[in-house]
Amino acid sequence: MKITVNINGKRYSNDVEPRLLLIHYLREVVGLTGPHIGCETSLCGACTIELNGKAVKSCTMFAVQADGANITTIEGLAANGKLHPVQEAFWNEHGLQCGFCTPGMIMASKQILDRNPNPTEEEIRHGLEGNLCRCTGYQHIVNAVKAAAKAVGA
Amino acid sequence: MATTITKTKTLIGKAIRRREDPRLITGTATYVEDIKMPGMHYAVVVRSPHAAARIRSIDTSKAASRPGVVAVFTGRDVSNVGPVPCGASLPGLRVPHHTILATDRVYYAGHPVAVVVATDRYIAADAADDVEIDWEVLKAVADPVKALEPGAPAVHPEWPDNKAFDFHQEHGDVEKAFAEADVIVKQRILSQRLIPTPMETRGVVAEWRAADRALNLYSSTQIPHLLRSMVAQMLGLEENRLRVVAPEVGGGFGCKLNVYAEEALMGFVAMKINKPVKWIETRRENYLATIHGRGHVDDYELAATRDGIITGIKLRIIQDLGAYHQLLTPAIPTLSVLMMPGLYRTQNICADIVGVFTNCVPTDAYRGAGRPEATHGIERMVDILAAELKMDPAEIRLKNFVQPSEFPFPTATGLIYDSGDYAAPLRKALDIVDYQNLRREQAEARKQGRLMGIGMSTYGEICAFGPSPATPAGGWESATVKIEPSGKVTVLTGASPHGQGEETTFAQIAADELGVDIDDVLVVHGDTALVQYGIGTFGSRATAVGGTAVYFALQDLKAKIKKFGALLLNSDDVTLANGQCIDNKTGASKSVQEIAAASYRAMQLPPNTEPGMVSTHFWEPPNFTFPFGAHLVVTEIDRDTGAVKVLRYVAVDDCGNILNPLIVTGQVHGGVAQGIGQALYEQAVYDENGQLITGELMDYAVPKAHMMPWIESDHTVTPTPVNPLGVKGVGEAGTIGCSPAVVNSVVDALSPLGVRHIDMPMTPEKIWKLIRSAQ
Ligand code: FES
Ligand code: FES
Repeated sequence: MKITVNINGKRYSNDVEPRLLLIHYLREVVGLTGPHIGCETSLCGACTIELNGKAVKSCTMFAVQADGANITTIEGLAANGKLHPVQEAFWNEHGLQCGFCTPGMIMASKQILDRNPNPTEEEIRHGLEGNLCRCTGYQHIVNAVKAAAKAVGA
Repeated sequence: MATTITKTKTLIGKAIRRREDPRLITGTATYVEDIKMPGMHYAVVVRSPHAAARIRSIDTSKAASRPGVVAVFTGRDVSNVGPVPCGASLPGLRVPHHTILATDRVYYAGHPVAVVVATDRYIAADAADDVEIDWEVLKAVADPVKALEPGAPAVHPEWPDNKAFDFHQEHGDVEKAFAEADVIVKQRILSQRLIPTPMETRGVVAEWRAADRALNLYSSTQIPHLLRSMVAQMLGLEENRLRVVAPEVGGGFGCKLNVYAEEALMGFVAMKINKPVKWIETRRENYLATIHGRGHVDDYELAATRDGIITGIKLRIIQDLGAYHQLLTPAIPTLSVLMMPGLYRTQNICADIVGVFTNCVPTDAYRGAGRPEATHGIERMVDILAAELKMDPAEIRLKNFVQPSEFPFPTATGLIYDSGDYAAPLRKALDIVDYQNLRREQAEARKQGRLMGIGMSTYGEICAFGPSPATPAGGWESATVKIEPSGKVTVLTGASPHGQGEETTFAQIAADELGVDIDDVLVVHGDTALVQYGIGTFGSRATAVGGTAVYFALQDLKAKIKKFGALLLNSDDVTLANGQCIDNKTGASKSVQEIAAASYRAMQLPPNTEPGMVSTHFWEPPNFTFPFGAHLVVTEIDRDTGAVKVLRYVAVDDCGNILNPLIVTGQVHGGVAQGIGQALYEQAVYDENGQLITGELMDYAVPKAHMMPWIESDHTVTPTPVNPLGVKGVGEAGTIGCSPAVVNSVVDALSPLGVRHIDMPMTPEKIWKLIRSAQ
């Protein structure tokens, strides 16, 4: 099946098998390395991307379902060589260790802030429920989201 | 001549943000799965669905004939490949022959049986389903206690008692201690099986370069060099023609401190098909076939005087080994024995381990590896003793600590504790929570019928593995430091970090020692073609051992810089400071950069000095280090649901000197998260047929953000005399200190109901039942 997708501001048209998962499309066909696979069963959030403005787990969708969509992945966050405030905050607050969950965490965090520019700690923790991190214990991630909220608000 | 003056550097101890992060936060880092090669094929491993079964026959014809499939290999095809190695040795240890693919029998659900190789991962997965195996299902045993019962199914038919080894250690006069004790307390304490769950599963890419007879192996591993030595042996390759690369590694926690069947298997496949091959473990496979941790049934007895002095400890460990020995499997419980006295002075100990085979995936090192079990045991027992004697748990600990004046302190288990003030973190933690007041609050809460608990643990751990004679492989670590002709500094470390931030901490060390800008330092690791032989990152050793190797390599270079500086300045009295070699008489100076350039240009050489500015150091530590600390946890239990709420979590850790507080705090948080996971949520559950019930993230409860309390992290600082950096290690401290503090807190909360002990994980269901049965 032929699909056309706008990814990080670039148009892609490809013939894909109907059963191809979106995450595999992004990684294998488009050649991205940001969205990761931690489970393939929509439990870990490592594959989180933004599809038409909503954070989705790209392992839970087929590529064909994304036909015509606008997709942003971690690779598309930095603009003009400048990190997105959430990326900057993860760096400053040590919100990552091995970095494997990080692209998904940052996309999920961005979504939390898009919906609610001033989340409480509890709201942040609940907003991150779909994303697992085995390294950080989440506290520095919570700090990063708070710091990003401040930076964006400032 | 004018020189660029570099600013005084004091990076050590600064919370500088990590230098590895830019690639990680932009999604441009290269993990194994990100590696692509022209002509790359995909492999899927076919695994046993049964915990114990005989293979009557395997039919691969249907799989092999599927379009896109290039090869299918079974156990017979790989009979020339050496067994999966066990690096641990114990007297009388029974070592099952562990082939990389099963031949006529499988021993656990998930046991690799065949491998299917195709041009595409979807095709490989389809074809894996086409492999037809005729099984004769056998009786399995998954519970180590049942495995010891007479008549239990034999995991390995040649050893019907299911015992892999018996281990005994004794010191002092235990029988006398128990005979003369005023009080003896006993308890069976479980440290349940856990699944390490790094967010990146394992993965391997293998590339055979036939013309060179050379194999490149990219693996998500903590130990690229050790892996190279062992895989070379398994495949019969010359070691210098095998290059192992640990690219970006997405967490390990011990489970990637190993040599796995699939690592050699992919090398074999690449050589056979003469094409690059990639295998990425699914999460399901990760749960079935990557090592688990813990798996202890511990029987403790403590002897004490009426006033709470511990006079003897007896411990019997039943260690669930699983079906095979992976790299360190049988050695892990011996670490529990080493640390069984905790921070306490008693010299009378007696320990027995029985290592038991079960039809489960092997256990091995998981964050803490034997020390969380030991700490959990002794810290639970001290609380049980305190309760028995109606003493305050803080008071009883303070009475039994090794005292600051007693270091170096020889323990009953043959270790030499390096340095410490064990009361200091406990007192600090008590101060932070205002302990006396907190106890009054608790008394109030109890009057209102609330179940509030205060629990603590004072842990000690053994780190910085280790002196070579005490470790299965070498216990040293290596570093090469090069100052390039341009003055840029490259550090090559044999420790292969995977999230611990050594690209930053080691750069801090180098920048400080040389007085250069940290941006001029690059830390390289994880590639056996680039880095001199090394050991790896595990056992909280990377900075304490690897960082020290860097430090000593830098000392060599500093001496050389001074020699060249003296020559260039025509002086016999120079000092090196802030990146400048200064003539003490005239004040003239040359920068490190200028001197490095001159050392390569080599127009003039100091006497007995070679050109260039490179030093390699292999540092052998004279002892382990022993970090310690106190964790204090306040909980409240919901009577109606049994849910445990952590109201406060205070961690006061002493890991010696702190090079980067940001990174250290991150390690504490992550460690505590895994301790909380064990205390409250996680357990690998096998049913009686050896089926893994918690076989997915859906069923295995890795803590999520909302399941974690806020952690108040603080420190005391007692530098170790073992290394010149004074660092002890912090990677596992959080995990080790955590679980007993949480359990002690919950037991304290429920003590008005007569509860004396609870085993982990303390799920709401378990707590609810306890509350019910008490009413
Ligand atoms: S890979 Fe998509 S949620 Fe885990
Ligand atoms: S940083 Fe390693 S899983 Fe989150």
